[in-house]
Amino acid sequence: MADQPLIYARGLVKRFGEFTAVNGIDLDVAPGEAFGFLGPNGAGKSSTMRMIGCVSTPTAGELRILGMDAVHDGPRIRARLGVCPQLDNLDPDLTVRENLVTYARYFGLSRAESRRRADELLEFVQLGDRAGGKVEPLSGGMKRRLTIARAMVNDPDLVLLDEPTTGLDPQARHLLWERLFRLKQRGTTLVLTTHYMDEAEQLCDRLVVMDGGRIVAEGSPRSLIETYSTAEVVELRFPGMPEVGPRYAAALEGVGKRVDPLPDRVLVYVDDGDAALAEIQRRGLEPTSVLVRRSTLEDVFLHLTGRTLVD
Amino acid sequence: MVTTLVASRVSPGRVGAVIGRNVGALRSGPSYWIVLLSGFFEPLLYLLSIGVGVGALVGDLTVDGRTMSYASFVAPAMLAVSAMSGALAETTYNFFFKLKYMKTFEAVLATPVRPAEVAVGELVWAIVRGSLYTVIFLVVMVAMGLTEPGWALAAFPATVLVGLAFGGLGMAVSTLMRGWQDFDLMGTGQFALFLFSGTFSPVQDYPVGVEVLIQLTPLYHAVELVRGLCMGVLGWGLLGHAVYLVVLAGAGVWFASRRLTRVLCD
Repeated sequence: MADQPLIYARGLVKRFGEFTAVNGIDLDVAPGEAFGFLGPNGAGKSSTMRMIGCVSTPTAGELRILGMDAVHDGPRIRARLGVCPQLDNLDPDLTVRENLVTYARYFGLSRAESRRRADELLEFVQLGDRAGGKVEPLSGGMKRRLTIARAMVNDPDLVLLDEPTTGLDPQARHLLWERLFRLKQRGTTLVLTTHYMDEAEQLCDRLVVMDGGRIVAEGSPRSLIETYSTAEVVELRFPGMPEVGPRYAAALEGVGKRVDPLPDRVLVYVDDGDAALAEIQRRGLEPTSVLVRRSTLEDVFLHLTGRTLVD
Repeated sequence: MVTTLVASRVSPGRVGAVIGRNVGALRSGPSYWIVLLSGFFEPLLYLLSIGVGVGALVGDLTVDGRTMSYASFVAPAMLAVSAMSGALAETTYNFFFKLKYMKTFEAVLATPVRPAEVAVGELVWAIVRGSLYTVIFLVVMVAMGLTEPGWALAAFPATVLVGLAFGGLGMAVSTLMRGWQDFDLMGTGQFALFLFSGTFSPVQDYPVGVEVLIQLTPLYHAVELVRGLCMGVLGWGLLGHAVYLVVLAGAGVWFASRRLTRVLCD
C-alpha cells in the first residue's frame, strides 16, 4: 500500500446542469509530491479541487483520496486534508489566534492541543505578534499566511491550495513560497492551482495543464517546456506593427521551429537564440528591438490553451 | 424518522466545535456582546409600555372564564416573543451572514464537520442566546408578580422549545434568502405574528376566519403554551401546541441541513 497514490482519479467528471466543468480527467498524485493544476479561468481547476477536498460530489468517475473513496468517506478524508481556498474565508468575528483554535476544534483536537498548535503555527507563518488582534486589519499577504496556518492545524497529509498567491505583492508571494517550500521539505503533499507560471515552476514537481475541463498536457515544468516549446524564444518588434506583423512572420518562416505573430511583436521559437539572430540579420530583416530569452511555462501555457481572453 | 436521520449524522464533539466558534466570538471582543444584549430589551419595553401602560386603561381581562390583569395576559406572550426573537436573530441575521458573506460555513465544511452538524450547532447556540433572554424575563415577571416562581420554572422548558422551533424555522428560511431585501419581508412577517398571535388580545375576539388563520402560525402555539404554563392552567391543548413546535423544529433543521448541502457542497 505504500506506493499507492495519494490522489487517484479515473474518468472524473463534474457537471453543473448542462455545463460540464470537468470532463473526464485521470490523476495520480504520489505522497510527498508538489502537484499543480495550471489553466485559464473556467478550465475546471477549482471544480477539481473541490472534488478532491470532498466538498463537491463527482458526477461520474472514480476518485480515491488517501486510499479512501471520496464520496463515502468524506469526513474521514477531510480530517486529513488542509484546505486553503481561493478567497479567504477567515472569521472576522474572531481574533487571529481564535481563528486557529476554533478551526482545530472542528478536527476534534482538545482545547489545550488546539491552543498549542495555534501558537506554534502563528510562529511558523510569522504572525505571532498579531495573535490577539482581529483579522480585518491584516494585509492580504498576512491573511493568506493565516489561512495557510489554518490549513495546517490538523497536521494534514495533503494540503490543497487554490491560487495561493493571487493578488499578493512580490514580497508577500516570496515569503509564502518559502513557507510552502518548507512544508514540502517536511514531506507534506501539496496540490495547488495557479495561473502564475513562475509559481508553478517554483513549487511544482509535476503539473497538468487544464483547458475546457480536460487535461491537455502533463509533466514536470522542464519536460513540458521541452515538449511544447523550444529552449529559447526570440522576441522581435518591427516598425509599423501590427499591420506589418504577418508579412514579417512570413519572412521569418524557417528561422526557428515556430513563429507566433502578436499584435505588438513577433515571437520566434528557436533552439539557439544567437544562431537565429544571425539568420535574421542574414535575411536583411531590421527589427527595432530584439530580446532573446529562455522559454518559460507561459509559452507552453499560451501555446496549449490559446491566446483568446477567457473571463 | 427525522430525528434518527439527523442523529445518525451528528457527532456531539463536532456540534460542540460549531458552538465553540460562537463562544470564541464572545471571547474575541465586545461587538458580539452588544448584539447579544440589545435583543433583550424589545419585549421588556413592550411589556412595560403596553402591558402595564395600556393595561391601566384596559383594566382586567376575562379569557375562558378566568379574570386576570392585562399585564399578566401580555407578559407570557412577551416571554414567548423573547424566546422567538432570540432564536430568530441568531438563525436569520447571523446565520445568513455566516452563510453568504463571511463564508464561515464554507470553511467549516472543509473539515470533518457535516452540514447537519452545522445546523444543529447553530440551533443549540440560538437556544443558548434565547434562554439568556427568557431567564431574565422570567425573573422580571416573578419580581412584578405576573407569575409564580414554580410556574416560571415550568415555563422555562417551554421557552426552550419555542426557541428550537423558531430557530429551526429561521435557519430554513435563511438558506432560501436571496439578499438583505428578503429580510425586510421577513421582518414584516415577524411583526405581524408579534401583533396578532394572541399576544395583545385573545384570538377568540377575531372573526372566525382570521382566528383559524392565526392558529396555523407558530407564534400562536408558542404564546398559548407559555401562557398556559405561566398561569398554571394545564390541559391537553398544551400538548398539542408542544407537538406543533417539535415538528416545526425538526422540519426546520432537516430542511436547513439539506439546503446547506445543496448550496455549499454541490
